[in-house]
Amino acid sequence: MSDAPLTTSDGRPLKAALAQAQARARRRAFLLVAPLLLFVVITFILPIGQMLQRSIYHDGFSSAAPALQAWFEANPPGTAPDEAAYAALAADLQLMKANRTAGEAGTRVNYTLPGTRSLFTSSARGADKLEPPFREALLAENAKWGDPLVWEAMRSAASPWTSDFYLVATDMQRTADGGVERVPEKERIYLKLFGTTFMLSAVITGVCLLLAFPIAHLLATLPASRANLLMILVLLPFWTSLLVRTSSWIVLLQGQGVVNNVLVSARLVDDGARWQMIYNMTGTIIVMTHILLPFMVLPLYSVMRTIKPAYARAARSLGATSWTTFRRIYLPQTLPGIAAGALLVFILAVGYYITPALVGGADGQLFSNLIQFHMSKSNWSVAAALAGMLLAGVLVLYWLYDRLVGIDKLKLG
Amino acid sequence: MTSATLHDDFVVFDHVQKSYDGTSLVVKDLNLKIGKGEFLTMLGPSGSGKTTCLMMLAGFETATHGEIRLEGRNINLVPPHKRGIGMVFQNYALFPHMTVGENLAFPLEVRGMGKDERETKIKRALDMVQMGAFANRRPAQLSGGQQQRIALARALVFDPALVLMDEPLGALDKQLREHMQFEIKHLHESLGITVVYVTHDQGEALTMSDRVAVFNDGRIQQLAPPADLYERPENSFVAQFIGENNKLQGVIEELDGGRAVVRLATGELIDATAVNIREKGQQTLVSIRPERVEFKPELMPPGAHMLDAEVLEVIYMGDILRTRMRVAGTDDFVLKCRNTLGQTRFAAGERIRVGWHPEDARALDVI
Ligand SMILES: Nc1ncnc2c1ncn2[C@@H]1O[C@H](COP(=O)(O)OP(=O)(O)OP(=O)(O)O)[C@@H](O)[C@H]1O
Ligand SMILES: [Mg+2]
Repeated sequence: MSDAPLTTSDGRPLKAALAQAQARARRRAFLLVAPLLLFVVITFILPIGQMLQRSIYHDGFSSAAPALQAWFEANPPGTAPDEAAYAALAADLQLMKANRTAGEAGTRVNYTLPGTRSLFTSSARGADKLEPPFREALLAENAKWGDPLVWEAMRSAASPWTSDFYLVATDMQRTADGGVERVPEKERIYLKLFGTTFMLSAVITGVCLLLAFPIAHLLATLPASRANLLMILVLLPFWTSLLVRTSSWIVLLQGQGVVNNVLVSARLVDDGARWQMIYNMTGTIIVMTHILLPFMVLPLYSVMRTIKPAYARAARSLGATSWTTFRRIYLPQTLPGIAAGALLVFILAVGYYITPALVGGADGQLFSNLIQFHMSKSNWSVAAALAGMLLAGVLVLYWLYDRLVGIDKLKLG
Repeated sequence: MTSATLHDDFVVFDHVQKSYDGTSLVVKDLNLKIGKGEFLTMLGPSGSGKTTCLMMLAGFETATHGEIRLEGRNINLVPPHKRGIGMVFQNYALFPHMTVGENLAFPLEVRGMGKDERETKIKRALDMVQMGAFANRRPAQLSGGQQQRIALARALVFDPALVLMDEPLGALDKQLREHMQFEIKHLHESLGITVVYVTHDQGEALTMSDRVAVFNDGRIQQLAPPADLYERPENSFVAQFIGENNKLQGVIEELDGGRAVVRLATGELIDATAVNIREKGQQTLVSIRPERVEFKPELMPPGAHMLDAEVLEVIYMGDILRTRMRVAGTDDFVLKCRNTLGQTRFAAGERIRVGWHPEDARALDVI
């Protein structure tokens, strides 16, 4: 054999001929997926990109205060504000009054240093009457203008790109000298809830797996007619509204609910000490397990259905007890289903909002409820930063999963 | 295997019946004794209950009635993993998540065998099927024939005295199948194991077995060595199921010991050997193997009856010539002769006379 590149019978290099022959097919394939690609870009990539941008970008202050921005650029961090700084502040306050941007600007600084929004709105109102020397005039207007923390916050807000929102979302704050520190113990909420959310999701995933495994096995081994009936029971929750399902759990589990009434009338539980099964973490776990169960059953079922009974028989004939057969032959073959179901349920649970909102009470709230809280207060930036954290958490998990299990092992159906 | 060892009752099915649904019997009164070291094949059409019998023996199905004994011990209540029976499944059932080596190690590990001993046994078993170089492959990376060998090695690696095989060669092509038949047979002989083999390929059954049990409709129709089965079928099911047969229907005209004269529907008389015929006047089906049909009068015994035949077509099959003709009203009477130098070749439309030795025609009951 010679090393010369192969050619077609009319002398063209084989590689080029092949590429040309395939180009047309590739173009057509691309046209086929183009609508989907467009859809994904518009409904998925763009909104997520927007959200991520909001979590690090806010020009409410920087665009309203050009003079201050210039002063901050000219003077390094830690410089005490001089008369020029106060003059810039006065000029910007007058600009804010003229453009009605004091609220926006105050909101931005408020993210970094809570309680400063009103400082801007009230000072801007009287900005026209400010006379030099501006330092005295402004301090007379509000003594807070002399606070180095306020100046530090303004410096940080003077740049539209910022990590402040992530600082808030991780229970941190800025110090007067430009550093960061953790907020006081009793104000730390976000990281703790972040941890709780992942922990609860893990518990829910675990309970779902325990419940779904036997169901899926039954589904995969029953004769078709009975398996269909069971399948309908598994899918039934999908056909009812999420709200209806959640409220029916309230009916069952509340203090005067069905379960407690039965327990009390059976004298298993004292009337005075009815179980608290809803409006708390227990309620969140129970109801979310129920709602997410099908997402575990279906991937498991689809994998188990393909495991031929001959494997178990072979193992038994080779001398394995039924337990060994399960552990060494059956279970390993269901791993792709377990992995897919667990990942699906976990990711759904981590971002779940409506159920914890309805039945979570005080301690059964999840991270999404916090995001929603900030959205309802129009704190878009912090909401975006929290959402960004959640996304990062899920991506890290996905990466870990890929490292440990391998994403190619995933089998959804 | 010699007939001395055929009857030492290694495996015994004693009046075994099996029903899955409580309304019909899939296995009806099975009585079967298998000798140690015997190669017994269960042969029969689809749905005749072969797999069910094998599964009862392996312990995956329970007998509805009757007793199954292994080495004299009733094993009806012994769970499958304690029976120590090797099994080869139709689609091999190699564990897909384990390598070949791990597959073979599995039965040894569950028996608590040490690592060194395991490795020697695995190596020996793999060498036995000429697959020594494949220990680290996954089953999915093997061809069908290679998977088959591994399945065989796995069933043998823990030295079972009894090995069951349910259509183990069903998925292989003809050439490979014949090769594996030979290898299985060879292993059977060199290891001295007892094999119960299920197939619905009669060629396989005839070439490999010491004895063949022909199943139909949940019953053993005949249990005999291959030659007997082919040459002396005991009823018309076996006669039709094994090999090709010419069938002529008629009434017993004369019955004298084993000799019978049968009058066909067209009025002609033929000679036959009575097999399961009881009386004169009984309806009968006479079966004659195509290769035993004679057309040269000088080769016929004196006084034997002959029939008129019209040649319809001659099919050239390479080693043999297959002549289809019209005889006594049927259009599918077949004559086979070897394609030798100087063999008579008929032409369509030719009229000849055919006959046979009375012992080659078997008068059977009508089913
Ligand atoms: N698990 C089962 N439940 C109910 N009926 C069954 C079951 N297994 C087999 N049968 C029935 O029992 C009869 C015998 O089946 P079996 O599998 O023993 O046949 P077989 O001789 O092995 O056929 P084949 O050559 O097709 O493998 C069939 O009619 C079949 O429908
Ligand atoms: Mg079968």
